Amino acid sequence: MRNQGILKRIAGPVVTAVGMDAHMYDVVKVGKEELMGEVIKIQEDMTIIQVYEDTSGIRPGEPVVNTGLPLSVELGPGLLKSIYDGIQRPLAVLITKQGNFISRGVSAPGLDRTKKWEFKPVVKAGDRVGPGSILGEVQETNIVHRIMVPPKVKGSVVKSIKPGSFTVEEVVCVLEDGTQITMMQKWPVRVSRPVKEKLNPDIPLLTGQRILDGLFPIAKGGTAAIPGPFGSGKTVTQQQLAKWSDSEIVVYVGCGERGNEMTEVLTEFPKLVDPKSGKPLMERTVLIANTSNMPVAAREASVYTAITIAEYFRDMGYDVSLMADSTSRWAEAMREISSRLEEMPGEEGYPAYLAARLSEFYERAGRVLNLNGKNGSVSVIGAVSPPGGDFSEPVTQNTLRIVKVFWALDAKLSQRRHFPAINWLNSYSLYLDALQGWYDREVSPEWNKVRAWAMEILEKEAELQEIVQLVGSDALPEEQQITIEVARMVREIFLQQNAYDPVDTYCDMTKQFAMLTAIRKYSEYAYAAQAAGVLLPQIIAVKSKGELPQIKFIKDYKPALEKIMASMDAEFSAMRAG
Amino acid sequence: MKEYKTINQIAGPLVFVEKTEPVGYGELVNIILSDGSIKRGQVLDTSDELVVVQVFETTAGIGRDSGIRFTGETIKMPVGKGMLGRILSGGGKPIDGGPEIVPEKRLDITGAAINPYARHSPEEFIQTGISTIDGMNTLVRGQKLPIFSGAGLPHNDIALQIARQAKVLGSKEPFAVVFAAMGITKEEANHFMADFERTGALERAVVFLNLADDPAVERIITPRLALTTAEYLAFELSMHVLVILTDMTNYCEALRQIGAAREEVPGRRGYPGYMYTDLASIYERAGLIHGVKGSITQFPILTMPGDDITHPIPDLSGYITEGQLVISRELHRKGIYPPINVLPSLSRLMNLGIGAAHTREDHKKVSDQCYAAYAEGNDLRGLVAIVGKEALSERDRLFLEFADQFEDRFVRQGPNEDRSIVQTLDLSWELLSMLPVEQLVRIDRPLIEKYHPKFRGEKKGAPAQAAPQG
Ligand SMILES: Nc1ncnc2c1ncn2[C@@H]1O[C@H](COP(=O)(O)OP(=O)(O)OP(=O)(O)O)[C@@H](O)[C@H]1O
Ligand SMILES: [Mg+2]
Repeated sequence: MRNQGILKRIAGPVVTAVGMDAHMYDVVKVGKEELMGEVIKIQEDMTIIQVYEDTSGIRPGEPVVNTGLPLSVELGPGLLKSIYDGIQRPLAVLITKQGNFISRGVSAPGLDRTKKWEFKPVVKAGDRVGPGSILGEVQETNIVHRIMVPPKVKGSVVKSIKPGSFTVEEVVCVLEDGTQITMMQKWPVRVSRPVKEKLNPDIPLLTGQRILDGLFPIAKGGTAAIPGPFGSGKTVTQQQLAKWSDSEIVVYVGCGERGNEMTEVLTEFPKLVDPKSGKPLMERTVLIANTSNMPVAAREASVYTAITIAEYFRDMGYDVSLMADSTSRWAEAMREISSRLEEMPGEEGYPAYLAARLSEFYERAGRVLNLNGKNGSVSVIGAVSPPGGDFSEPVTQNTLRIVKVFWALDAKLSQRRHFPAINWLNSYSLYLDALQGWYDREVSPEWNKVRAWAMEILEKEAELQEIVQLVGSDALPEEQQITIEVARMVREIFLQQNAYDPVDTYCDMTKQFAMLTAIRKYSEYAYAAQAAGVLLPQIIAVKSKGELPQIKFIKDYKPALEKIMASMDAEFSAMRAG
Repeated sequence: MKEYKTINQIAGPLVFVEKTEPVGYGELVNIILSDGSIKRGQVLDTSDELVVVQVFETTAGIGRDSGIRFTGETIKMPVGKGMLGRILSGGGKPIDGGPEIVPEKRLDITGAAINPYARHSPEEFIQTGISTIDGMNTLVRGQKLPIFSGAGLPHNDIALQIARQAKVLGSKEPFAVVFAAMGITKEEANHFMADFERTGALERAVVFLNLADDPAVERIITPRLALTTAEYLAFELSMHVLVILTDMTNYCEALRQIGAAREEVPGRRGYPGYMYTDLASIYERAGLIHGVKGSITQFPILTMPGDDITHPIPDLSGYITEGQLVISRELHRKGIYPPINVLPSLSRLMNLGIGAAHTREDHKKVSDQCYAAYAEGNDLRGLVAIVGKEALSERDRLFLEFADQFEDRFVRQGPNEDRSIVQTLDLSWELLSMLPVEQLVRIDRPLIEKYHPKFRGEKKGAPAQAAPQG
């Protein structure tokens, strides 16, 4: 093996080396500064490399060294609360090494080598273990980090295992066959971690967002796409999910997006508490930030780094959700590298393998039975940023062919500050049927009916609006005017949810059900009153109805809601009487 | 330094040089013409056989007899305190007749990315005195907020009004303006310069001028020179810097021209596929850093070709910047200044800079309510055109009236009218009070009772104060 070559050509993030043996996706060190790169094409004696750092000043003739290893992440205690770049360099460490701006040629391991973690074995000498088996635990944050046998180690018997304080490189367990196990394992990012089998996704990933949980739910282990033009709410939705979804672990990757958005997460999350555990949200979060002005090749790698970390926590038996903002930037990074390789461009310049890469990525989601017998899940929520907001472009279209939930953001809604700006007519969830049983059991046997009623009202409204556009709303029969009014209530009270209001930002299923039921109750009263001959303006002007939106902002809403519903009952009785 | 005479091809802004010693990617190149004059360029592609150089000026006069010198370093900008008050060319050379800049440092113009972990979240409210911005699309220090405009619209006047009036309430920290013109006309440039001079802003400004008749490719480096200067002033001299970049559309055209010369596979509408990344390398150079005093707030201006917001230039910009102010031809035609259409406008950092700690507790919800009401009223205008006002319900008529009043009293203001945030918010309430209280579904009850003129009137027994009009 010739593991060293020399540079022949440098053109931006893609460089060519000659005189070196390499395999696809080997990690190489480029130039005198040893910039990190990855082999992406081999052609005769030429090795073509994408470089994860800026290549300015690098000259032909400089050395290239092949490490012979694929691009991998380090997995072990120390991942949680970290913020990494696209190739798992801890950004906090980079600041101490190179200051406030990211320069190049600095390597920093993903996991701290000096920090000691308290390891508690859960197996003992003589126990039989296999790939994925849990050997012990470390209290990493409020989350227990389970130390596992790496997936590629063969089954064997524990020879020795000891509790105590260890760094991630120290051996904590030795197997009979001589295998030494440390708390850190490495895994190549482009390969999915093995599982025993995939399970049906029949438990919802609850997000506290009414339009998502209520109308278009995603299952734990499911896949969802949020496409939308700029400023329509992709990032806010993903951040809401990162904050409030009932996952145990959140991996959030800012892929080619804004620096300040990562800062926002970093400042906000430590202050917010998980409604379930009562612990700061940061304790369950891993952040990957490869912002738009950081090198594109590392941007391409960032989503793989993220999903590998997500799979690792899934292997421990956790429900993990991965937010990828934005998969379009990832696709564009692919396109940019591909065009520098002078590959034959496919649709809109994207490489022909775009669809394959997208589906490989989303395929790594799922609710699974792990090698160790525990259940875990990775749910993947990907933002898509279509040029000009046009959903017919290749990234959106290819993504929609794969994912099961589509949350369509709509600029018309965001412009009028209807948030979340998710279009209720275009969006869908293919998990609805699978989740019905859960809602039935855990929320109310009435839930599925109320949901169907709400969707029907919204659809009817859309039809009626077409007529209104031609004749004005006063020309509609009174009954239909009530429908329009009720639909408005569903939109303004139920669907609209203010992410920035301390109470409204999160809404549990009980409250969602109560709100929707209250609106339905009004509609029943209204139709009945109309049928009984009460005048429409009176029905619409019911005072208690005007109080209903306030429920959103009240934390202890039950007494208030009861009061409103009681006065609504009284008002309608009075109307019928009078 | 060795001089090569091995140019084998010149195409557009690109020069191809053969048989060189190893040359570094991105290196600065000097091209020596037969008359002794020197042009500058940068290495775009380097191999042991061929080096591709992009020239930052016109290639007029360059021939196969021209000499090429590789400087061995990337492009650097000499920076120093003496830059304040100076006017430089788009390539960074003084053009005001003054002395050369005495450099205190020479900085790489590409600028490294701020480590996201080092960033400090912007949160200081900047009062611009313009209601549509302060009330509805609040600007904060360290934000990048572009103006999306169209040919012939008064974006320059708005930018100047912002530059004149912008202040962080209660702050007396040093500030500076960095102004970079790319391909604008002499007349437009004079308009800016005259205003800077009149208000004394020039003393605290650094001006880079690449005008319409200056070489287009130079525009590629102009914003980078400007931002390098801004970073020096902000992060080394602790100043709060406002950067105005105009017109980013001309910058993008130059980028397209280079892409075409390199025979790259073009992306959407002929612009390079990497334009998003390229623009990000400009726009992301804004913000605040932990433990560092200064800040960079960016105001890029761009004209949307054909007023089309889905055109790649505004589109990619909008995906990078932290919101946008959209100038409307329709409002301009109605004679409303500043014709900012709030509906497609957005400030993403607004929520960080408003509320009890910064402006007033009711700010967010009042603004949301105005948005919703104006959007609804605006939609109804379309309907009225078809069915007439008579077919509208009483509720609809009120919203329609709200939209008219909103444009006339809230959006419209004088070019020198500097409204305080309290005036702006009170004016919002006054307009909202046209609507029945139960229609204010975005605002919670306690706030309504505290700020709604009706309730205030009831409590104090006096009519609510009207905000002054301009
Ligand atoms: N659920 C919400 N509640 C309140 N405001 C919201 C909500 N969603 C979005 N917004 C508003 O919309 C703005 C833009 O949202 P966001 O940044 O998420 O857009 P985006 O789709 O990610 O855009 P881009 O593609 O440019 O990144 C936010 O700054 C916020 O003001
Ligand atoms: Mg976003």
